[in-house]
Amino acid sequence: MEKKITLEDIARILDRYDVVELEDVKIKGDVELELSTGVAIPPSVVQALQSMMGMQKEGISVVSEEKGIEELELIPTKFEVAKTEWNGQIEEVTIGATSADGGTREATVTIGGEKALPFYNFDHQTPHPPVISVDCFDMPISLAKAVREHYEDVMEDPGEWAKKNVREFGADMVTIHLISTDPTIKDTPAREAAKTVEEVLQAVKVPIVIGGSGNPDKDPEVLEAAAEAAEGERCLIASANLNMDYERIAKAALEHGHVILSWTQLDINAQKTLNRYLFKLGVPREDIVIDPTTAALGYGLDYAFTNIERMRISALKGDTDLAFPISCGITNAWGAREAWMKDSPIKEDSDWGPSVYRGPLYEIMTGLTLGIAGGDMFMMMHPKAAGAVKRVTQMLFGAKEAEDEGKKVRIEDWVTWK
Amino acid sequence: MKLNSPMEVWKYLPGTNCKECGEKTCLAFASLLMERKKKLEECPPLFEPKYAEKGKKLAELLAPEVREVEIGIGERARKMGGEDVMHRHERTFFNRTVLVYDVWDTMKEEELRERVRKITEWKKFYVGEFLKVDAIAIRSVSGEAKTFAQCVKRVAEETDFPLVLCSFNAKVIEEGLKEVSNRRPLIYAADKENWKEFLGIAKRFKVPVTLFSPDLDMLNSLAVTFSSAGIEDIVLDPGTYPEGGGLEQTFSRFVRIRRAGIADGNKGIAYPLIAVPMTAWMVHGSKAENALAASYWEAIIADLFIIKYADIMILHSIEPHSLIPVRTLVANIYTDPRRPVSVEPGLREIGNPTERSPLFVTTNFALTYYTVESDISSNKIDSYLMVVDSEGIGVESAVAGGQLNAESFKDALESFKAADKVKHKTMVIPGLAARLSGETEDVTGWTVLVGPRDSGRIPDWMDKNWPPETGSKTMAR
Repeated sequence: MEKKITLEDIARILDRYDVVELEDVKIKGDVELELSTGVAIPPSVVQALQSMMGMQKEGISVVSEEKGIEELELIPTKFEVAKTEWNGQIEEVTIGATSADGGTREATVTIGGEKALPFYNFDHQTPHPPVISVDCFDMPISLAKAVREHYEDVMEDPGEWAKKNVREFGADMVTIHLISTDPTIKDTPAREAAKTVEEVLQAVKVPIVIGGSGNPDKDPEVLEAAAEAAEGERCLIASANLNMDYERIAKAALEHGHVILSWTQLDINAQKTLNRYLFKLGVPREDIVIDPTTAALGYGLDYAFTNIERMRISALKGDTDLAFPISCGITNAWGAREAWMKDSPIKEDSDWGPSVYRGPLYEIMTGLTLGIAGGDMFMMMHPKAAGAVKRVTQMLFGAKEAEDEGKKVRIEDWVTWK
Repeated sequence: MKLNSPMEVWKYLPGTNCKECGEKTCLAFASLLMERKKKLEECPPLFEPKYAEKGKKLAELLAPEVREVEIGIGERARKMGGEDVMHRHERTFFNRTVLVYDVWDTMKEEELRERVRKITEWKKFYVGEFLKVDAIAIRSVSGEAKTFAQCVKRVAEETDFPLVLCSFNAKVIEEGLKEVSNRRPLIYAADKENWKEFLGIAKRFKVPVTLFSPDLDMLNSLAVTFSSAGIEDIVLDPGTYPEGGGLEQTFSRFVRIRRAGIADGNKGIAYPLIAVPMTAWMVHGSKAENALAASYWEAIIADLFIIKYADIMILHSIEPHSLIPVRTLVANIYTDPRRPVSVEPGLREIGNPTERSPLFVTTNFALTYYTVESDISSNKIDSYLMVVDSEGIGVESAVAGGQLNAESFKDALESFKAADKVKHKTMVIPGLAARLSGETEDVTGWTVLVGPRDSGRIPDWMDKNWPPETGSKTMAR
C-alpha cells in the first residue's frame, strides 16, 4: 500500500534534526503541495523546501501569517549579467591638424573608435567623449530670441563669432556655415566664401567644420574653393549627399587633406549607398564622418533616434558600410515651435511659460537623446545647451574631472527633501 | 515573449477557425495576440481540456520578459514594465514611462490642493491628442504618520490619479495606505532594513511595492525574497545618483538590470524600474535662483532614463518648460516605430466652411497634418484643409526631395474636386513651400497665396490676408 507523507510530516522530520537547509535534493515528477491552514510550519523550512523545488515562480503563498514574515530571511542572491561583445568597431576619425601634420591647429579632436553602445562602459570603455561644435554663419541670420541674445554683437563678423564660440562658450570645434553663398540668399561667390573660411581659421585655433548653404547646385563649387583655401588643416567638409555632385566635393576633400561629412536623410540604405560611393572614389575610411539627419524633439526625433541607433548597432555587428562616427545637427531643435514660440497656438493647451526657458531645453534634450543613440559630435548653438550636453556626456563617458557632487548626497533622502 | 512570429503562436491555438474570438482565422487571432491587442481569454476553446496543455504553454511563452505591474484603478490606471525588447526598433516599447510629480506632507492645505490641480490639469496638444502626466507622489517630509495620512486624504479628495506613497518608515506608509487602500497605490520603498514590514504591508493591502538598493546583489536578493513570499507586483529602484561618476554608474545599473531581465532571461530581476530624476534638486538646492538650473538637470536625468530603461519616474519641476519637453520625449520614444507616419490624403472640412472659406494646403505627414489641423480648428477658422500626398514626408523635406510639387497640388485639386467646394479658386500653400507658388499658379490656374512658415501663425496671417483683395469682387457677390 502506498504510504502517504504530509508536509507536516516532512516539517516534523526536518525540525527534529534541526535542518534549515536542504542541499543536493531533487524531487522528480509532478509535486503538489497543499498548505492547509492551521499547520504550523516554520517559514525557514518552507523557504528551504521552496528553493529546493525551484518554486519561486509557482506562486504558492508560503507566508500565511504576519508572524511568519518576522521569521523570514533574505534569500542571498548574486546579481549577474553577461557582457555584450561585438565584432565591429567604429572608425576613429581625427579632425584638425597641428603644425606637426602640416596644419595650424593648436589641438585636434578625435571621435569614434567605439566597440560598444554609447556609454556602455561596462561592456567596453567609450574611447572618446562626444565633442561639441558651435555654429557660426557668414552673415547675420534670424535666430530665436533665446539664441540671438548671445550672438548679437558678433553676427556681422564670422571671425569674431568663431572666437566667441571658443573663448566664451568653450566650443571644442567651430562650424562656419557659408549660407550667404545660396543663390536665393546673397549668391556670394565661392572665392569670397573661401576668404571667410581663412578668416575663421585665423581667428580660432580649434579644428573647424566648413558647411555650405545646402544648395545642391552651388555647394560643390563653394566647398571646393573652401577646401582649397583650408589646405592641410584637416577640416570636416559638410557635406556630401546623394542629391548633388558629391564626387566633386569628395575629390576636393581628398586632394586638400580634409575629412568629409556624408549626409543622408533618415535612410539607412541611402547612407550605405553614399558611403560606398565615397569608398569607390578612394576616400579613406578614417576620413569619413556620417550625418544621418537630426529631427527635433517632438518633430521626428523618434525617427532620428531609431535611425542612428540602428546604424550604430549594425556597425557594431560588423556592417563596415556604417561603422563611422556620427555627427548630429542639434541646432535643428530650434525648428520645434515649442522652442521659440511665445504662446501656444492651441487654445486648450496649458500655459507654455516663457519661451526663453523652453528653447535651450529642447536643444539639450534633442542632443542628449541622439547622444544615447550613437552621436559622437553635436553641432549646437545655444551656449547653455552646448555646456549642458557637454557636461552630461562627459559624466557618462566617465571623465575623471567631472565633478561629483552627487556622491555627497544620500540619494534616498529625496523623500524628505525640502 | 518567446515567440517570434504569428505562425509560432498559431501552433499553440486550436486551429479550427471557430471565430469565437471575433477574428476570421486562428492566424489572425495569433497576430493580434502578439501585438497584445487580444487576450488569450478571448479564445474559449483554448481552455477546454483538449487544448488546456497548449493554452498553458502559450500563456507562458507570450508573457512579457519584464513583468507588467499596474498602479491606480479605473481609467487612470497605468501599466509599467511589460517590455520585451532592449531597443524600440526590435518591435516597440509597450508601456510608456509613467511620469509622477511630487507633493509633500508639510505643504499647507491650499498650496497642496493647488499643486495637485496644476499637475492633474496640465495638458499639451500633440499629434492628434492631449498629452497629460500620469501620477502623484506624496512624500513624507514630516515623518509623522498622521500628518502623512491627512495629506494622502487631501490628495485623494482632489484627484483620481494613481498615487505613489513615499517613506522608508513602514508605520507612515501604513497610515497613508489606510486612506487609499482601494486605489492600488505604489508604496515606496522597502530597503535592506525595513523590508519585512513592507512585505507585510504589501501582502495585507495587496499593493505594488518598490524595493530600493543601489547594491544590485541586495536589490536582486530583495526581489527574490519578495517573489518567493508570493509578492510579484514589484518595482525596483537601483538609486538615481544625479551627477558625475554616480550618474555614470546609475546609467550602468539601469541598462544591466534590463539586460539581465530581457537578454539573459533572469526572471528574478525582470521587474519595472523606477528612476528619481528629482535627486537633481538635492545638488542644486531649492533656492529660487537655482531653480532653473535644477529643473534643467532634472530634465536631463529624465531624458537619460526615459530612454534607458525607467518604467516610472518621479519628478519635481511642474514648470511648463520642464513638462513640455519631458512629456514629449516620452511620447516620441514610446510611439510604436511600426506605425504609419502618414494620414489619408483628401479634402477635410474644419468647422463649418462655406464656398467663401479659405482652402489651406498641407502634406500627409501625420505630424504636419495634426499640427496644422489643430492650429486651424482650435482657432475656430472655418475652412477647408487639402491634404496632399507627399508620401508621408513633411513640407520642407518634400519640397527639397520633389515629393511635393506643382503637379501634386494639381492632382489633389482635381481628385478632391476642390473647385466644387470653393468659388474663389484660391489656395493657401505652406510658407515652407513658397518657392512652388509661381509654377503652381501656372499649372493649376488657381491663385496661390503663400501662408506662414508655421501654421501657428495662421490666425495673424488671416487678419492680414483674408479675404484676398484680388478676389474681393467674387467674395462680395
